[in-house]
Amino acid sequence: MSEQAVHDWIRKTVASNDVVVFMKGTKNFPQCGFSGQVAQILGHVGVDYKDVNVLEDMGIREGIKSFSDWPTIPQLYVKGEFVGGCDIIREMFQQGELTQLLDEKHVPYDKSKLTA
Amino acid sequence: MTAQSMSQPSVEAAVQSALTASLHPTHLEIVNESHLHAGHRGSPGTGDSHFRVVIVSADFVGLSRIARHRLVNRALAHLMGKPIHALALDTSAPGDHRD
Repeated sequence: MSEQAVHDWIRKTVASNDVVVFMKGTKNFPQCGFSGQVAQILGHVGVDYKDVNVLEDMGIREGIKSFSDWPTIPQLYVKGEFVGGCDIIREMFQQGELTQLLDEKHVPYDKSKLTA
Repeated sequence: MTAQSMSQPSVEAAVQSALTASLHPTHLEIVNESHLHAGHRGSPGTGDSHFRVVIVSADFVGLSRIARHRLVNRALAHLMGKPIHALALDTSAPGDHRD
């Protein structure tokens, strides 16, 4: 796949799923500590998301970096918009900004999990 | 050059000089965490691959987290991928609220 085709695929994927994480490994079997942290946070928040394992496709692994002008993985997208990498997501989660963002974007998540 | 800086690993020194030159930090910590990742999948095993950077710079005032990280990533672009495999960032501006 050309870089353009990869970018088109990424654009389509983040447009057709409310929350997408490009990660190393899968949500159930992350293969990198940083990807694992993001999966853990999103699991804790109780939001449904699509995981894209970049280790399965070298084109996506490189293409996601040029797509967002962001050199590292994992990368979180909400409603088509790039939100950040592991450190940003962790900071946002700790400050309550992650659920605030989901509220603003009308993305459902399991609110009972956070108060439990 | 002091004895301390002479003994720094080269990647750490390169990170320090690149960030100092481009972002004029008022606080800069570079922690080599490579030993924590030794042997994991994809880890190059060089001992100079995983770093944590804590940086305070007036250049970050008024910028979003993404914009701050982009400034750091751009300053270190020549080091990203190789030799730096992973970079954890804690970016703040002087006077930012800290928990």
